[in-house]
Amino acid sequence: MPKRTDIKKIMIIGSGPIVIGQACEFDYSGTQACKALREEGYEVVLVNSNPATIMTDPEMAERVYLEPLTPELVAKIIEKERPQALLSTMGGQTALNLSVALADSGVLEKFGVELIGAKLEAIRKAEDREKFGRSMQKIGLDLVRGDYARDVEQAREVVGRIGLPVIIRPSFTLGGTGGGIADTPENFLEAAKRGLALSPISEILIEESVVGWKEYELEVMRDLKDNVVIICSIENFDPMGIHTGDSITVAPAQTLTDKEYQRMRDAALAVIREIGVETGGSNIQFAVHPETGRMVIIEMNPRVSRSSALASKATGFPIAKIAAKLSVGLTLDEIPNDITRKTPASFEPTIDYVVVKIPRFTFDKFPGTDDTLTVQMKSVGEVMAIGRTFKEALQKALRGLETNRYGLGADGREIAAPENLLAQLKRPNADRVFYIRQALLDGMEPERISELSKIDAWFIYQMKEIVEMEERLAKIRTSVGLTAEVLRAAKRMGFSDYQIGTLCGMEQLDVRRLRKSRGVQAVFKRVDTCGGEFEAHTPYLYSTYETEDESWPTRRRKVMILGSGPNRIGQGIEFDYCCVQAAFALREEGFESIMVNSNPETVSTDYDISDRLYFEPLTLEDVLNIVELEKPEGVIVQFGGQTPLKLAVPLAEQGVPIIGTSPASIDLAEDRERFGKLMLELGIAHPEYGIAYNLKQAQEIAARIGYPVLVRPSYVLGGQSMVIVYDDQSLIRYMKSAIDASLGKSILIDDYLEAAVEVDVDAISDGKLTVIGGIMQHIEEAGIHSGDSACVMPPHTLDAEILEQMRQVTRELARALEVKGLINIQFAVKDHKLYVLEVNPRASRTVPYVSKTIGISLAKLAAKVMIGRTLEELGFTKERKIKHISVKESVLPFIKFPNVDILLGPEMKSTGEVIGLGHDYGISYAKAQISAGNALPMEGSVAVSLADKDKTALLPGIRKLVKLGFRIYATQGTHESLKKNGVKSERVFKVGEGTPNIVDLINDNKISLLINTPMGEKSQYDAAAMRRGALTRGIPYVTTTSGAIAAIDGIEALKKGRLEVTSLQEYYA
Amino acid sequence: MTRIKKQNKRAVLVIEDGRTFQGTSFGAEGEALGEVVFNTSMTGYQEIICDPSYNGQIVTMTYPHIGNTGVNPTDIESSKIQVAGFVVRENSGYHSNWRATGSLDEYLHQAGVVGIEDLDTRALTLHIREKGAMKGIISTVDFNYESLMNKLYKFPGLVGRDLVKNVTTEKSYLYGPGAEPENPAAYYIYTPGAPGELQNRPAGGNHGKHYVVAIDCGIKFNILRILSFFDCTVIVVPASYGSAEILSLNPDGLFISNGPGDPEGVPYVIETLREILQVQPELPVFGICLGIQLLGLAFGGKTFKLKFGHRGANHPVLDLATGKIEITTQNHGFAVAGSKDAQGAWQIDNCPDLEVTHINLNDQTIEGFRHKSRPVYCVQYHPESSAGPHDSWYLFQRFIRHIEEHKAALVGSAAGAASA
Repeated sequence: MPKRTDIKKIMIIGSGPIVIGQACEFDYSGTQACKALREEGYEVVLVNSNPATIMTDPEMAERVYLEPLTPELVAKIIEKERPQALLSTMGGQTALNLSVALADSGVLEKFGVELIGAKLEAIRKAEDREKFGRSMQKIGLDLVRGDYARDVEQAREVVGRIGLPVIIRPSFTLGGTGGGIADTPENFLEAAKRGLALSPISEILIEESVVGWKEYELEVMRDLKDNVVIICSIENFDPMGIHTGDSITVAPAQTLTDKEYQRMRDAALAVIREIGVETGGSNIQFAVHPETGRMVIIEMNPRVSRSSALASKATGFPIAKIAAKLSVGLTLDEIPNDITRKTPASFEPTIDYVVVKIPRFTFDKFPGTDDTLTVQMKSVGEVMAIGRTFKEALQKALRGLETNRYGLGADGREIAAPENLLAQLKRPNADRVFYIRQALLDGMEPERISELSKIDAWFIYQMKEIVEMEERLAKIRTSVGLTAEVLRAAKRMGFSDYQIGTLCGMEQLDVRRLRKSRGVQAVFKRVDTCGGEFEAHTPYLYSTYETEDESWPTRRRKVMILGSGPNRIGQGIEFDYCCVQAAFALREEGFESIMVNSNPETVSTDYDISDRLYFEPLTLEDVLNIVELEKPEGVIVQFGGQTPLKLAVPLAEQGVPIIGTSPASIDLAEDRERFGKLMLELGIAHPEYGIAYNLKQAQEIAARIGYPVLVRPSYVLGGQSMVIVYDDQSLIRYMKSAIDASLGKSILIDDYLEAAVEVDVDAISDGKLTVIGGIMQHIEEAGIHSGDSACVMPPHTLDAEILEQMRQVTRELARALEVKGLINIQFAVKDHKLYVLEVNPRASRTVPYVSKTIGISLAKLAAKVMIGRTLEELGFTKERKIKHISVKESVLPFIKFPNVDILLGPEMKSTGEVIGLGHDYGISYAKAQISAGNALPMEGSVAVSLADKDKTALLPGIRKLVKLGFRIYATQGTHESLKKNGVKSERVFKVGEGTPNIVDLINDNKISLLINTPMGEKSQYDAAAMRRGALTRGIPYVTTTSGAIAAIDGIEALKKGRLEVTSLQEYYA
Repeated sequence: MTRIKKQNKRAVLVIEDGRTFQGTSFGAEGEALGEVVFNTSMTGYQEIICDPSYNGQIVTMTYPHIGNTGVNPTDIESSKIQVAGFVVRENSGYHSNWRATGSLDEYLHQAGVVGIEDLDTRALTLHIREKGAMKGIISTVDFNYESLMNKLYKFPGLVGRDLVKNVTTEKSYLYGPGAEPENPAAYYIYTPGAPGELQNRPAGGNHGKHYVVAIDCGIKFNILRILSFFDCTVIVVPASYGSAEILSLNPDGLFISNGPGDPEGVPYVIETLREILQVQPELPVFGICLGIQLLGLAFGGKTFKLKFGHRGANHPVLDLATGKIEITTQNHGFAVAGSKDAQGAWQIDNCPDLEVTHINLNDQTIEGFRHKSRPVYCVQYHPESSAGPHDSWYLFQRFIRHIEEHKAALVGSAAGAASA
């Protein structure tokens, strides 16, 4: 069927900020969709609130709206742009829900917008579990038994019928938020209550537990001619009961016979037809009983998903791109397979390798959190590895995870074997693979491990083979013993040189030399969708240890970009954005771009983005393999965050040409002592600091500087383990735990500039000229990690003199560090004095935000500078002045970590960010809050509970709230202070003072905004309960003074004016 | 489940153009000669090794982990392993599946079939793709290159050879309702359409609704299972049966099965078909795989050898009548010659009476044709799947429909004759 000509303009909705459960996989799908539709000649209107995405680049769509993803604002955009169609399936659950809301409210009908991809009825059938259940019964598919409950009584009744254990899922929440398994009446009641509270429609599903069953997913595509194909099968290594986002998963399915696989395939075809997803991709999940083979269908997502991104990377079949083309009426046979070119997309990819995905967790950031894995997703990122066997792929993935492991153990970084090994095998947790290895080393039978963990014994046996090889290697103590045969066998099982070195008492580089001298070298194979049946035209490559290499490097001028690996807090999509911009820049400059990355969610690992893609772990060994093969003119390490930076010096030592700012400069900026010296030479002020190697030194330094101080291990990103210490006692505690956890060789102690204003500057330098990209004033005061604070561009309270000083210092530092590329400086302003807190001569997290704000891609320019262009040639010689005001707000994952206090501090905790754009500070701030899911109220009651030090500062703000018609509830101290100053408020009890107390008010939804600033280290149970209550009930909350002032400004602006929608193209015009 | 300790015994694969692959032995030890081909299906290795169409071939699986689910008594397509040799990247030392009763390694070992593992199967696949299917030898006993090349030189290969005689039944037998099963395992059927459980359809009782004669050139059990499922009693006859013998069975429909090798190696079946088509032009006929090639030749068409054949479970086939795509199981090295005429319409070369019904979208080869005026249909691919997708089961239903129409017409004409 030819593509539709009745449609000219199509709206695509993105997924908003990165949150747990919705990450950059939707930037990948959205970007592909934009490209695919424009390739077919359609105009695209894109809406997303996340500035760090590639899809929101002004070049990606005719119109890009960085606006809040609410039905009201998207309706305004529809009214303004008049698209004929809305593609709802590319932006995750967010876009799907929003599309349904727009359809329900009649907006789509009113403006004649057709839903394409999935129709409303299909979305309903798939998402509404009752309808879904009926549909499945109709086509004869077996389902998990279960029923809905809307209150605790009903819940009791349902569980009475089904029997424990059961799984509880709240309706309409993201990534399974609030879900849980219950096996006793007590924890059932608790889980049911929590689920009912979290569900926006106060409904939970209670289901028969299939925990421990085998879990599978099929990625399915359908076109308008009803052709249906399966793109990929995925088998979860971890059984049912663990969210698939938190499971290790393997493609293709490993333990199904053809009979069983085809039965599943038939079911998937029947499901997509019955649900009625007309075009595009869907993800269908199944559970299979390991002993009887009983197969039940779990769920279906009528849209592209995290799994479809994984499946696309795993097979080379770009699901989102094809889905976008199908949505406008093309059929699978009309779309060519990009990789083979000669064959059509109407086929089922077959692969001749094994793909392993491992989630990356971040429990260390949320102390006190139970790290047991459940049906609620907790991971923040993932790594994918390709190998010719499961063993090879598993070990590659483990070292690609960048958790300081080099494979399945055997790397000298073993955690001590726990006494309760059996319990750890039974309990799903992030380290379980390592416990399995331990059990195997202890001689436990794989069947027994399988019994405990419910992980299929096939996988355990594969791991046993790895462990047997480890034992074999451990017996070899000389390089003579490391014969070519042994080395080859080990490498074929995915052992890294580091592991071999650890086991045989050698350095990894010595193993490398020995190995190469014995002719044991990695070769590269192509991902070709067809198992080698047809020639592959796209160099999408992975390493393995076989006999034949298919990389065939070109002789073009080429530059290699090292990506940022799996997402984690502190390092995510922002860096992928930069890497992709670098690839674009290289293409524009006629260079061949070579991308190396291991994160399947990203745009950078789309084989369309760079000329050559190596899907490899970002370790010294793996990167050297590629460098030696490709011999690039330069390697870019400054765009991928800490991952490639850590490799910069070791790579340079091996003679790898790092381009841009030298690794020595990067290193200098990270080394506090050397950097301190440089600052002294330049006469630039910075907070007093000291480096302590033991407690005594730490106490001396703290005494010299004076409390409060900021302490952290040196060489960390995202402020890991960074805290503000107010007294000696706390310092002793910190030092003890830091030394216990061997967080680093040294501890950095800085003067904490209380109540200072913090500022970030991003700039670019070509070695001669330095141009400011943007100056961002943080809204929260210094002491909150820059990644977690909101910020505004241009600065709204700093005077011209201080700003000029910052520019001057930026230029001086860029010169001193011989920056070629990007530089980020964090300043603090206190009592009109400027301090430099930190200098990063590399791409920072704020580069995409600044680029979107000023309309210039700094990362792209920086990449061009690195290959020798000057800023003058590139036409960027002056700081861009903007007329609009841009606010960035961070998005926090606290809802997923129930036992953690939600306060901000020097350690970064946010997963994502949003932008608010407008011509008024209050409006921009309000928009950013809406996008961050913290929409400011227009009326109602505000609960205020303030620390003494904040009471005066917030007085005018609270007065303003009263004037705006809000009712104020205040806890005793705050109430008295307000009273003294003539501001009317009602006193409310703290917890324990009586009822109703402030937590009761929150829990009864009587509060529409909570302002609570932390009161030092003590008190804190009821403050935490209060904040947690607000969070779970979706009540907007503010925990800093400056944040509260901004929020009040925002409310005022919202009450005065209307929210308007403006595209980036209009802002830049 | 026990785990086979790997012996790490050396094995070698040498291809007729001299390329050599070192590996490790699994399955039986010894030597195997055959045509080296590759199959890209990720599932169904047990069905594949038992498929008679692979007789005479050394099959390479492109998916690297083989043996994961072991073997079971029911996932078989004939009574024995048919491949001449089996090449995999890694034979699984352990199998896991609730239906498994043994390992692939033991299975091959007991059947005396030589396997080789631990070699770069992707390199081998790309080599075959570039150079075409070639003769090869696996050996675990002889590692002398000259000697192995000499053995290869003496091996006749597949072109023009009659391999059907190796796999066809010695005597005719009944299958389906009313028949006494010789091999009950052959009766396990997977229900088409809505997914269900594996079923054992017991024999006994009355005969089925229709009688189908199947010429066994190497018929896969799943064809019989499906015909039986649609209430046909099948009389499976040796490929050597002549037209008179077949017609004397008075079938409601004639089926020509899949099978190994070159269709020109079995001129006697082509002759039988020619005669039947002439004597009984109204008889519903359905052919699969070798069946289409034999019918093509019987109608005066030509066949040719593909460079490296189609073997896998993911090939897109376009149904020209409906415009719909089927994902198909494929296993053939030869194909019926066809082309597009000046108007862009597909035709079978030299056969104006035939109409092309199906095209392979990967390489635009003929995947199916029908007779323009008679109930004769055939496809190159495997609608019975096993291993592979079930997209094409409708073809069996179409065959049954033709049988029913044919029978109705016969009754009609008999009634007409009676009333006259």
